[in-house]
Amino acid sequence: MINNILKHSVRFVFLVLLQVLILNNIQLNGFINPYLYILFIIMLPFEIPVWLLMLLAFVMGISIDMFLNTMGIHAAACVFMAYTRSYVLNFFSPRDGYESNTEPSLEYLGLTWFLSYSSIMVFIHHFVFFFIEAFRLTEFFSTFFRVIVSSVFTILLIIISQYVAFKGKDKR
Amino acid sequence: MINLFRFLWKHINFIFFLLLEIFCVYLIVSNNSFQKARFVSSSNYLAGNIYSTITSIREYFYLKETNDAFALENTRLHNLTRDVFARNSTLVYLVKDSVFKQQYKYINAKIINNSVNKRNNYLTLNRGSSSGIGPEMAVISSNGIVGITKDVSENFTSVLSVLNKNAKISAKIKKNNYFGSLSWDGSDYRLGTFIDIPTHVNIAVGDTVVTNAFSDIFPENILIGKIESFDIKPGDNFYTIIVRFSTNFKNVTHVYVVTNIMKEERKKLEQQSQQNDK
Repeated sequence: MINNILKHSVRFVFLVLLQVLILNNIQLNGFINPYLYILFIIMLPFEIPVWLLMLLAFVMGISIDMFLNTMGIHAAACVFMAYTRSYVLNFFSPRDGYESNTEPSLEYLGLTWFLSYSSIMVFIHHFVFFFIEAFRLTEFFSTFFRVIVSSVFTILLIIISQYVAFKGKDKR
Repeated sequence: MINLFRFLWKHINFIFFLLLEIFCVYLIVSNNSFQKARFVSSSNYLAGNIYSTITSIREYFYLKETNDAFALENTRLHNLTRDVFARNSTLVYLVKDSVFKQQYKYINAKIINNSVNKRNNYLTLNRGSSSGIGPEMAVISSNGIVGITKDVSENFTSVLSVLNKNAKISAKIKKNNYFGSLSWDGSDYRLGTFIDIPTHVNIAVGDTVVTNAFSDIFPENILIGKIESFDIKPGDNFYTIIVRFSTNFKNVTHVYVVTNIMKEERKKLEQQSQQNDK
């Protein structure tokens, strides 16, 4: 338990720094801006209660907001995503449920499962985020285009990070 | 009533979700109307500190460019100082602009090859004749002398380092102007040998040794180093002085090549008088 808390705290700090210091400087065409930090929320354990999940998502979002001066937009998107997470997990759950002591990651559940699960989570987050950011529906299609393109980029990064950072762990 | 609480408890997650979202929306909206909510923005303590640390780290990656810029600036300023102008006194009262006539010109360059461990050391500079460098010009760093240019190609210059058997620098002790000759004995790259100071001269450890105006290469009063120790060999009328170079030959990177504009004139005159003597 303590071990788990430590692991996720380290992941939290690492992802915030990675997001703020490196990824926010990537803005291809002014459209594509990957938000890898939501990987923290995606990878929290299955057993975590929904209220704690939302609280953590809120803290995560507000810390990113602090650095980007977006004030609550990331937090709102993160909380929304955290709330929908349990439904998405239920939708994708295997016939006999998830094994205990595992987390939603590529190494436990395979590429197909993880790809579909994380894609939906990323899409939900980006959809909420970009539409709150734009705050109007007149630019619906250009905003939607940004959602799609950024989502693809974020998903790509998430999959790569799974292979680079988390796959290496269980080999030890 | 019980049913109400049961209902609420059943949907506690959704209520919590709504509360959080309402708070977020409040933040977003208040941010729009009040510019910035004070307690979470990048002006706060934590984010501000992290950003300033990052900036100070990032500055390191631009040190090279900054250095180059400073070297360039220094060169420009050197070209404006009084030392590069020789007094042209005959015209003092006639034309104001000619009170000082420029005698030295500084060109900045970077050392791209260097050694200190051979008996005869040479340096290579990244500038050549296209920048106005010719043979037999002084090379100095901001700390003191470095060497004398030897061979010049279009874009590169080979410099005879002071740490070379063939380098004999005409030098003087700054406080009393007694002059001698400075060379390098090939052992320690930090120490040079300064000879030809008569034993009756009063010198002390720590005295400054600078170039003198006898050579047509180095401008006067360029720092060479400080006296580290001295002794008199038996039966000798001159000191043997060990000088600690002010230039650290092992890490010098930016140098100035000094052109003496009046060198030809002076050389011609000196040759002429020597020929007349014969």
